[in-house]
Amino acid sequence: MEPRGFYDIIPRMNIIEVKNLTKKFGDITAVDNISFSVEKGEIFAFLGPNGAGKSTTIKILTTLLNPTAGEISLNSFDVAKNPDAVRHSFGIVFQDPSLDDELTAWENMEFHGVLYNVEKNLRRERIEKLMRFVELWDRKDSFVKSFSGGMKRRLEIARGLLHHPKVIFLDEPTLGLDPQTRNHMWNYLKELNKTEGTTVFFTTHYMEEADKVAQRIAVIDHGTIIASGTSEELKTKTNTKSLEEAFLSLTGKTIRADESNSADHMRMAGKLWRGGNKR
Amino acid sequence: MRTIYILWLRQLKRYFRSKSRVIGSLAQPLLFLVALGYGLGPVFQKAGEGNYVQFLVPGVVGMAIIFSSVFSGIEIIWDKQFGFLKETLVAPVSRVNIMIGRTLGGATTSTMQGIIVFIIAILIGFKVESASSVVYAILLMLLIAILFTALGTIIASQLDDMQGFQLIVNFLVMPLFFLSGALFPLEGLPKILAALTRIDPLSYGIDAFRTILGGVSTFGLGLDLTILSVITITFIGIGSYLFSKIQI
Repeated sequence: MEPRGFYDIIPRMNIIEVKNLTKKFGDITAVDNISFSVEKGEIFAFLGPNGAGKSTTIKILTTLLNPTAGEISLNSFDVAKNPDAVRHSFGIVFQDPSLDDELTAWENMEFHGVLYNVEKNLRRERIEKLMRFVELWDRKDSFVKSFSGGMKRRLEIARGLLHHPKVIFLDEPTLGLDPQTRNHMWNYLKELNKTEGTTVFFTTHYMEEADKVAQRIAVIDHGTIIASGTSEELKTKTNTKSLEEAFLSLTGKTIRADESNSADHMRMAGKLWRGGNKR
Repeated sequence: MRTIYILWLRQLKRYFRSKSRVIGSLAQPLLFLVALGYGLGPVFQKAGEGNYVQFLVPGVVGMAIIFSSVFSGIEIIWDKQFGFLKETLVAPVSRVNIMIGRTLGGATTSTMQGIIVFIIAILIGFKVESASSVVYAILLMLLIAILFTALGTIIASQLDDMQGFQLIVNFLVMPLFFLSGALFPLEGLPKILAALTRIDPLSYGIDAFRTILGGVSTFGLGLDLTILSVITITFIGIGSYLFSKIQI
């Protein structure tokens, strides 16, 4: 094939490289000796049922958790040895909210920009641009606690892009978003991917979304990667017509127990306590 | 520096926005001041120890500070639960700076609490000797506040949820307060109690406070400040280390 552009002439490098990654929590092996890589400028989908090890893997890639074993590099920095350089290289939208409810939308953005050392004028300019893009600019001085789930999500997406990361991690970013916002968000991310070469690493439970936007897909289940390739390759491999069918054929049809964490426990305890007081 | 500043600023904004919390945490020290100050005043006077309100105010200001400092340190647990901690932990900022920014922010708001209680005390009759003693008193409040915010951080880095919270109040904050000489003079105590008061860092804080505001010193201001500084530095060191090890 003829090279089409500059980026096709130079050999593509891997921006994320994971070798033999294992993570154990006590006796439970959440991630079991996985290896994969993501090319620079790629839109990569990481799929799997609940509890498969997706979030754990993302936490390790983003320096929030230490691996039990394995080597990981991101933007050619070793995640274990050089976490600060790694942290500069990525942005992340977490699965559950990570905004400060007591601050306004604008303050949350500003806080992020300062932490990532984005120069003041540039920071103000980008904050406005991004907040206009997610259509929250007219709500910039509202407290985040007054936002709906979808608005929080949009704000988090804007925030994750503020420092123009090389890689953006999106852990179920479109959960709870309406099709308009979802479409809008992906258009922006694809644009960013094209113009800035930003690598996009995302998880989702919407198979048609992965089918549409991901250039490559890895499927993880029970802590191991069971298949990877383009959507077409996965369909061919499983002899199915849609990615959804391919996914089900790879991971089976049993429903998985959802992961629960201490936050859930606390919310539950809070509910019980409030309920108990009603009487 | 800027990251420390923005983290400090965040704590301040949160403080000024939660007026109910500010008022709520003032109630307890003021109750102690009024009920004990005037209730036990006559007995204290008869025992030949002088004016009890004059004696009690440093203790009650210390109380306002220790409670709000430890709790602002513990706020990390809330941030852990409600996700915001992740945002700071994935940022390319050294965790020591995060810890320092938060600690200074928490200490500043606690000092404000202390100052409010102090002003109210002056309004209801506490006599201050000179303006300079007030300045020293405020600096001392800040030192005590940093010490106990760092202690709160140490505790919070070891807990995952608020379930241990009541335990901390009953087995740490309350004893630290009651054994500090905030309410009674440290002289002539039974041996065990005397020993306990001497391992309580708040004792030295309250003693220094009393000395600065014109009262009698038990340990001497030099010793007070030395011990407080050493413990503060140690706690910040331990806190930074534990905070940098947090995994979510």
